[in-house]
Amino acid sequence: MGRGSRDYALWSIGILLVLLFALIPVLWLISVSLKPPEAITDGRFIPSEVSFDNYKSLFEGGIDDSPFIKPLINSIGIALITTVIAITLAAFTAYAIARLEFPGKRVILAGALAIAMFPPISTVGPLFDMWRALGLYDTWPGLIIPYLTFSLPLAIYVLVAFFREIPWELEQAAQVDGATPFQAFTKVIVPLAAPGVFTAAILVFIFAWNDFLFAISLTSSDASRTVPAALAFFTGESSFTAPTGSIAAAAVVVTVPIIVFVLIFQRRIVAGLTSGAVKG
Amino acid sequence: MEASAPANPNPPAAAGASARTRSERKLAWMLCAPAVLAMLAVTAYPIGYAIVLSLQQVDLRFPDEGGFVGLDNYVSVLSSQLWWTDFFNTVFILVTTVAIELVLGMAIALVMHRAIFGRGVVRTSVLIPYGIITVVAAFAWQFAFAPESGFVNNLPLISDEMDWFGGRFSSFAVIIMAEVWKTTPFMALLLLAGLVTIDSGLYEAAKVDGASAWQRFTRITLPLMKPAILVALLFRSLDAFRVFDTIFIMTRGAQDTESVSILGFNQLISRLNLGLGSAVSVLIFLCVFLIAFLFVRGFGARLEEGRPGG
Repeated sequence: MGRGSRDYALWSIGILLVLLFALIPVLWLISVSLKPPEAITDGRFIPSEVSFDNYKSLFEGGIDDSPFIKPLINSIGIALITTVIAITLAAFTAYAIARLEFPGKRVILAGALAIAMFPPISTVGPLFDMWRALGLYDTWPGLIIPYLTFSLPLAIYVLVAFFREIPWELEQAAQVDGATPFQAFTKVIVPLAAPGVFTAAILVFIFAWNDFLFAISLTSSDASRTVPAALAFFTGESSFTAPTGSIAAAAVVVTVPIIVFVLIFQRRIVAGLTSGAVKG
Repeated sequence: MEASAPANPNPPAAAGASARTRSERKLAWMLCAPAVLAMLAVTAYPIGYAIVLSLQQVDLRFPDEGGFVGLDNYVSVLSSQLWWTDFFNTVFILVTTVAIELVLGMAIALVMHRAIFGRGVVRTSVLIPYGIITVVAAFAWQFAFAPESGFVNNLPLISDEMDWFGGRFSSFAVIIMAEVWKTTPFMALLLLAGLVTIDSGLYEAAKVDGASAWQRFTRITLPLMKPAILVALLFRSLDAFRVFDTIFIMTRGAQDTESVSILGFNQLISRLNLGLGSAVSVLIFLCVFLIAFLFVRGFGARLEEGRPGG
């Protein structure tokens, strides 16, 4: 079986390469975050000694003085609120598109696609000006609104793809039994649609969690600055030390939970990311 | 898309049907209205406002000066060396990242599709870069390549003295690498979605006819995947044209590595020159529009098979 074992070896190498490709930066960040300050510049991939000082410094001083706690709360709060609102609005729209006959359906889908391609930088200037006039600058809603706009197309496309797979006869049966369209939607379809909704929610959350451009353009303080923006403004203990260690520790804190989450729900994420890319 | 079935397969009297149609339409519009408004509020209105701002002199540091200046802002931008340098940088990053990602993404998609074992491991690991914040990935690579703290310069074949962020094209190399790492999974998944639709019987038949693995790839896989490849290229190109986070973290545009998005940000937010900055914004918008147009009209990308980028 020379050919079989050669194939096996080739695939093993391929898989190993993919694993290394994906994991090296993450392992490296963890390594840097665990190095004591004096060893940060040793350039070793595996730390020679392990210390949790970088993590401690993130949370030192409690909520008022820590450079990290407030941004972390902002990131979680803003991403969660965005997800809940975006999924609610997208579910209504996707239901109408997958299920009802009305003029304008194609326009909405095409418009959503256009917005998915829209360059966010083109809206930053006007939003900066408008938000200052409306008092939304440096507030949670000031970030939630643009995140909603730019995550809705993604959520609508994912949900339409999932909703088209649902056995709609059940809804008709409920309507025959006297349920209104609204009741048929909430009592029959919502439970069936839950997996798709959950997938869309993960993708929207990751989108809001990841944003940097709006986060640095529309905030100016810890009142609403999220973690990606806060990381860019991290400073060292003194003006002579680079904040490398604390940035690495903060990066690990915001990365590990997401990675665990992504790994647990990987099947759904793959289905969501490729929904609509294949017909059927 | 097939017409969605009405509740009753035998339509009743015409009057009843049209009443039903009307109420269905009304419900549909009510369901869509909030999302449509939310999407328009932060795109259509601001881009309109950006066009208005771009025709005026608006500098928040000098609020008293201002007024309609016509196309002066566009003339200033388009006649500046900086815009063209940044435009070149952006296109350079776009072409190199998307080309590398296509090859790498195809390789990963093939591994995911054809691996005789370990598919789960591969799929799991490619999702890791997708889940990581772009800014975090940029810091990870920056630390790795930094001469004072990184491990890259300790690798064999690489000079200990290499100052990656000291030169333009070595900075680009690191920026492109970080971008490729972050977004290849998305490309690989889109390509995989196209790959699974190919009938495996075609490969068997080609094998029987004596086609080599490479011939099977170039004669069967690539032609049948053309639509999936075009859609993946379109979405990644539009995404790559907006490159901002990685450059901001790694160089902030030093060593002539600025992208057009960084230029827009600097004008709008750092210098508070809303007039000039808006002209840059509108030009970026037009570029993105052109790229999409080129793909759809020029290469025949079929968007209804596509999906918004992640």
